[in-house]
Amino acid sequence: MQAFEYASPATLQEAIALLGPKWGEAAVLAGGTDLISLMKDYVDTPKRVVNIKGIKELGGISKAAAGLRIGALVTFDEMLASADLKLYPAILAAVRGVSSPQIRNMGTVGGDLCQRPRCWYFRGGFGLLARHEGKNLVEDGDNRYHAIFGDGPARFVSASSLGPPLIALGARITVAGPAGNRTVTAEKFFVSPKSDSDREIAIKPNEIVTEITVPAAGRNATYEVRQREALDWPLATASVALRMKGSSVASARIVLGHVAPTPWVAAAAEKFLAGKSLTQDVAEEAGKTAAADAKALSGNAYKVQLAKVAVKRALLAAAKA
Amino acid sequence: MPEYRWPEMSQRRVMGKRLSRLDGPIKASGRAKFSQDINRPGMLFGAVLASPYAHARVTSIDISAAEKTKGVTAVKVTSPAGTEIQWAGTEIAAVAAATEEIARDAVRKIKVDYEVLPHVVDESDIQKAGNRVKAAGEQVTGDPDQAFKDADVVSEGFYGCPVLTHCCQETHGQVIQWQGEKIEFWSTTQAVSDIGPDLARNLKIPAENIHVMQEHIGGAFGSKFASDRWGAEAAILSKSSGGKPVKLHLERNLEQMIAGNRPSAWMRAKLGAKKDGTLIAWQSQSWATGGVGGGGMPPIPYVYTNIPNRRLNHSAVSTNAGGARAWRAPNHPQASFLTASAMDDMAAKLQMDPIEFFSKNAGYSARPETYRRQLVKAAEMIEWKKRWHPRGEAGAGPLKRGLGVGFGTWGGAGHASQCRTVIHADGSVEVELGSQDLGTGTRTIISMVAAESLGLPIQAVKLNIGDNRYPRSGSSGGSTTVGGVSSSTRKSTLNALEKLFELVAPALGAPAGELEAVGGKIQVKGNPAKSLTWRAACQKLGGKTISEMGVNDPKLAPKEGLNMGGVGGVQIADVEVDVETGVVKLKKLVAVHDCGLIINPKTAESQVYGAIIMSICGALYEERILCGVTGRMLNADMEFYKLAGAGDIGEIVCHLEIDPENDKRGVVGLGEPPVVPTMGAIANAVANAIGVRVPTVPLTSDKVLAALEGRNA
Repeated sequence: MQAFEYASPATLQEAIALLGPKWGEAAVLAGGTDLISLMKDYVDTPKRVVNIKGIKELGGISKAAAGLRIGALVTFDEMLASADLKLYPAILAAVRGVSSPQIRNMGTVGGDLCQRPRCWYFRGGFGLLARHEGKNLVEDGDNRYHAIFGDGPARFVSASSLGPPLIALGARITVAGPAGNRTVTAEKFFVSPKSDSDREIAIKPNEIVTEITVPAAGRNATYEVRQREALDWPLATASVALRMKGSSVASARIVLGHVAPTPWVAAAAEKFLAGKSLTQDVAEEAGKTAAADAKALSGNAYKVQLAKVAVKRALLAAAKA
Repeated sequence: MPEYRWPEMSQRRVMGKRLSRLDGPIKASGRAKFSQDINRPGMLFGAVLASPYAHARVTSIDISAAEKTKGVTAVKVTSPAGTEIQWAGTEIAAVAAATEEIARDAVRKIKVDYEVLPHVVDESDIQKAGNRVKAAGEQVTGDPDQAFKDADVVSEGFYGCPVLTHCCQETHGQVIQWQGEKIEFWSTTQAVSDIGPDLARNLKIPAENIHVMQEHIGGAFGSKFASDRWGAEAAILSKSSGGKPVKLHLERNLEQMIAGNRPSAWMRAKLGAKKDGTLIAWQSQSWATGGVGGGGMPPIPYVYTNIPNRRLNHSAVSTNAGGARAWRAPNHPQASFLTASAMDDMAAKLQMDPIEFFSKNAGYSARPETYRRQLVKAAEMIEWKKRWHPRGEAGAGPLKRGLGVGFGTWGGAGHASQCRTVIHADGSVEVELGSQDLGTGTRTIISMVAAESLGLPIQAVKLNIGDNRYPRSGSSGGSTTVGGVSSSTRKSTLNALEKLFELVAPALGAPAGELEAVGGKIQVKGNPAKSLTWRAACQKLGGKTISEMGVNDPKLAPKEGLNMGGVGGVQIADVEVDVETGVVKLKKLVAVHDCGLIINPKTAESQVYGAIIMSICGALYEERILCGVTGRMLNADMEFYKLAGAGDIGEIVCHLEIDPENDKRGVVGLGEPPVVPTMGAIANAVANAIGVRVPTVPLTSDKVLAALEGRNA
């Protein structure tokens, strides 16, 4: 780990002022479950670490007119304990999927959204696009855990657990910067980088995620396909949120996780579901539709099947909810 | 000379009890001191610079910036210009500095230029390994060609398991101080008595100048016999830094890359059988890698060694990866998995119940009766008759259950061990061995043996191990420790006791041979009225002490009967496979293991549980992943180097065959045998559940789905 200057401001304004206009100059420390390992691996070498845990306004879960407000510093465990989140099983299932008590205890909502990809080439120092001496390491190397969707040059998968359910639920993310607050949809928050100097989230180096707002929800669920019960990244996930009209689906949001550089909105499957009753066959067909434009790499064809199953099972779980 | 037998089963007061391990509380509460917990006055920190390339030549190295860094006391180049690097992670240089931070920063200031050379890191497809393949030569027994003609059924298949690492919780390394002529060495080792001479050879100094200490160790599994290059590097850094102690332990990534691994094993096999299920022919082409030196030769066909007609071809493949080391039952888990899988496929092709098939052919093994008995017992424990179905007939729905059988064998006779028992005039007793407790319960069982012999409570014995100033005791490998240390301790304590009997015999008015030590007293046999308390007896020593040795000599041990080797075991796995996702869950695993005299059933069962969990990891999750492009290990961490957690291991039921017959064999090691059958049992259970063979472990989602879709390699 490179030596760094440490700051622990008490207010958001102070914290923002301590962050520079360039990536890599300063880093925001909340739970630290990702940042510390990035720094130990020299993937991130900030000159200054800004601890935001002392900023009170970034905590807490409360009801607001626009929906449920969840502060960026709220931990996974605090979400599990919150009665207000019971109406959002899609979020809770994703939180439970963070199957490490230590990370649930320390990890925060903001940290989940801002964490860097787990791609082993990125973590090995080869950059977001994993290029090395003219080779595309993901395509030519081991890509068993990499993306099956997306047209961009990046092939890592978004590591965010909360991204897919928040997009499905139509959540908005509030970001504070030198010019004040701005709000983006969860969907627009995630971007696929075009170069190694880009980021995978639509945030500036001197901005901080402050809170998310989740509107009232209809039926919703998340299904994760995972190898282990122990701490493990899901192989593929699907989060769904449904608006029902009688027994049929009025509208659906279907968002896949761990299959693309961003949470992946399955627009064709959403369209397919509109007006249909959610039977086993319809759910299965929706899964197939969601995966129709998947493009497997040499070692991850299995994830196409997992994406289909995740969508099917998430839909059936939501139908039962 | 006393008679060195074990007390009758019914007469034992301490041995045979389910005692919790003595070091449990200090380990659970963090008070136990491991090498990494050792901090000495003035201690420096060491850090290692490792090669990022799997195959390269060092063309130049510049350490000047590191040397000039404030706080750096020494820099040692281990791979000077001209060195050919054969695996990623090879140490290039090491630094000692006042703090860990300075050491790590300084390492990054070392400039190395490499000429990158072509590497080979994947041996799973032998056709692509080119000139890296070295054939061991064909072995033919009987007439395999004729036997395959005579066979009613021929089954062919491909099977394999990748390289695994040891994943010791405590990484390799040491705190070491080389001051003047002497070295103080707080090591991580499974060889307290033998690692000193090993380091002495590397440093070219007399072995008696090295003092080895190790109270506790966080896992070894066969990877911690040697002092290693980093042992010598740290010692030289200490000497170069004016004799200050240096702490140098590998970081997790290097632990995974260079501190040992288990060789892979791959096999194409063809088996021939008669309609009634009698195996008559075995033909296999197998290969393996243990790193650049090749290595790893699984003994196949395993257990069913004497299939009459055999043709075996094995090749070693040299790859640019860290070297293999002994890994819990070297070569056996691989051989067991390969053999059990191929045989299970034959049973399926014969449409035969695998229990019947494995039992029918048990005559080809060294212990047919043991395996037949264990197959029956394990089948009963898993309710085989009620629950087994022919391969693939697991019913409707995406969740398929299946049962599968695995088997194993091992030696486990005691190693050479010396023990000293000292009885003091105040009644205190010290038992000393230059042995080590790898977390297996060695401390506990030695104390139990000593307490048993001396008729004392276990707390009355002070056990001293983990220091090479105590009498030499063997390295902990091959499951030889329990037999070795229990036998030497038994003999040493009985020898000491005999001296005490001689001392107090006049006071009790009986010959020494008529005395016994029971319940904290020395008494005339069977006559508590004629007794002295232990303390009163010891007071007769006056200013003297009793100090008596006991030796286990493996050559004499079979005659003495205190320990022995040679066991078999059978395990049955019960799995659930989600055929839509390919995710496998182990629901239950039953393990029936042959054993000798069990000193402590609780710690013995812990060994079985631990071993099985280790192999569940190999069956379902674990593999070393090397990148073909960069030659680097992609999962040199605990994130993608996947091990089972508590939620992944299912229910494990252990049955040790503790009975008077087995008890008569004396103590037999148990650390390795139960690691052997598990992978085969789980792989066979998955085949039974889903109807097709998943040819290679770990049985991950991608492979299970590929097998179901007929996309097998």
